[in-house]
Amino acid sequence: MYSDKVIEHFMHPRNVGKIEDADGVGKVGNPVCGDEMWIYIKVKDGKIVDCRFETFGCAAAIASSSVTTEMIKGKTIEEALKITNKAVAEALGGLPPQKMHCSLLAEQGIKAAIEDYMRRRKKGEEKGA
Amino acid sequence: MVYLDNNATTPVDRRVYEAMSPYLFEKFGNPSTLYSIGAEARAAVEEARKRVADLVGARPDEIVFTGCGSESDNMALKGVAFAHMERGKHIIVSSIEHHAVLNTAAYLEKIGFEVTYLPVDRHGLVDPDDLRRAIRSDTVLVSIMLANNEIGTIQPVKELCSVSHEKGVLFHTDAVQAAGKLRIDVEELGVDLLSLSAHKIYGPKGVGALYIRKGTKIHPLIHGGHQERGRRAGTENVAGIVGFGKAAEIALQEMEEEVVRIAELRDRLEMGILECIEDVIVNGHPEKRLPNTTNISFCYIEGEAIILKLASRGIYASTGSACSSDTLEPSHVLMAIGLSPEVGHGSVRFSLGKFNTADDVDRTLEVLPEVVSNLREMSPFWRRKNVQR
Repeated sequence: MYSDKVIEHFMHPRNVGKIEDADGVGKVGNPVCGDEMWIYIKVKDGKIVDCRFETFGCAAAIASSSVTTEMIKGKTIEEALKITNKAVAEALGGLPPQKMHCSLLAEQGIKAAIEDYMRRRKKGEEKGA
Repeated sequence: MVYLDNNATTPVDRRVYEAMSPYLFEKFGNPSTLYSIGAEARAAVEEARKRVADLVGARPDEIVFTGCGSESDNMALKGVAFAHMERGKHIIVSSIEHHAVLNTAAYLEKIGFEVTYLPVDRHGLVDPDDLRRAIRSDTVLVSIMLANNEIGTIQPVKELCSVSHEKGVLFHTDAVQAAGKLRIDVEELGVDLLSLSAHKIYGPKGVGALYIRKGTKIHPLIHGGHQERGRRAGTENVAGIVGFGKAAEIALQEMEEEVVRIAELRDRLEMGILECIEDVIVNGHPEKRLPNTTNISFCYIEGEAIILKLASRGIYASTGSACSSDTLEPSHVLMAIGLSPEVGHGSVRFSLGKFNTADDVDRTLEVLPEVVSNLREMSPFWRRKNVQR
């Protein structure tokens, strides 16, 4: 059912864990539906320098989280925002149709983390002003 | 390989295979033909019918061979519903039936029948009083399984059946999962119809049976030739039926001892899990439960992930969560016993069989804690739970 790439990421997930002093955190999904993803990012000079995840979910959800953190590390905010769920699924060598929502969750997770980062920055600027 | 998914299917017993094989080769005849190889096949089918009947305390002419357990359930529900339409269009099933019953009931609803779905308590038991209240003057059939495939809970079928009969309503039970694990006697239970499947008792896939009490009005699903006394047309799956007969014979002979051994292994596995892994919940009835089944929820993680990690280490179990199916809904059985969806998603069913050994259990107890803690490390809820402490 799963591609070798999915299994490989699931068995050896990259970037697992929490970033204690993250600049942005995205929480998406719902355990009631079987998966929830927390994405943490660290940003320096407009670039994502670190990214980690914590996920409750099936193999596809864990693999999607893992591959996405790899994809956005080193990217600028603008570049990271352009990552689509299709790109996530492709990077995993495809996902079964009923598991495509896992890649969408990863895309939403990244966007939510970046939004959180922007919000915090704005707040910081307001405070500074 | 450690195979702990015997409720999904079982390997064919070698003695079953040996009994079947002549009927694929030299004894390949069609039972409906008159000459000797046909007669030989006919005799073998009838011998098998006797053995399957013996497994459930029935008479041979009350057994109809089908293509699978699902077909048996379909025939029981549709066959009885169609034969009694003039009397009424209401049927009653439990909310934790196998999909072969639930989806057949849903189909009947679609074409104009009414269906009542009985709730179960937190152990998965149907309350006979609920059944009594649900029966109406237009009820034509009650279908409640003997033992549940996911959590193993054994229903009080004898009592439920007598409630049903008090009001003159026919009673069907799906015994696909119970057969070979519990002693079954249709006279003692009182049921009018009972479904069986060969591949759950070390027989081949592709053959099932429906017990139909003599005198029960029922329509066939498959029309055609006169096979199975007009109740199921189509050339008999002779080798499969012979295999089913042999599997039934072996089950009847060996069940009593085997069940004790398997229950010990299951308990050893369950106790071991409870001892070495925290935040787990055992689902199903503590006593009224199949001897080989344990369904366990591992909080804060998801079942499919557990299954795949175990499989990568050569241990095969299955998830109570239907995550791998199209619906993404947690198991209807686990929802019906009142688990929260997130706990339902984290459930795994271990079902043991006659080829399992103590080494299989020990190996599982060696690997499982590592798998669970590895997935919990990744889970946002596990960390949050530990912070809250």
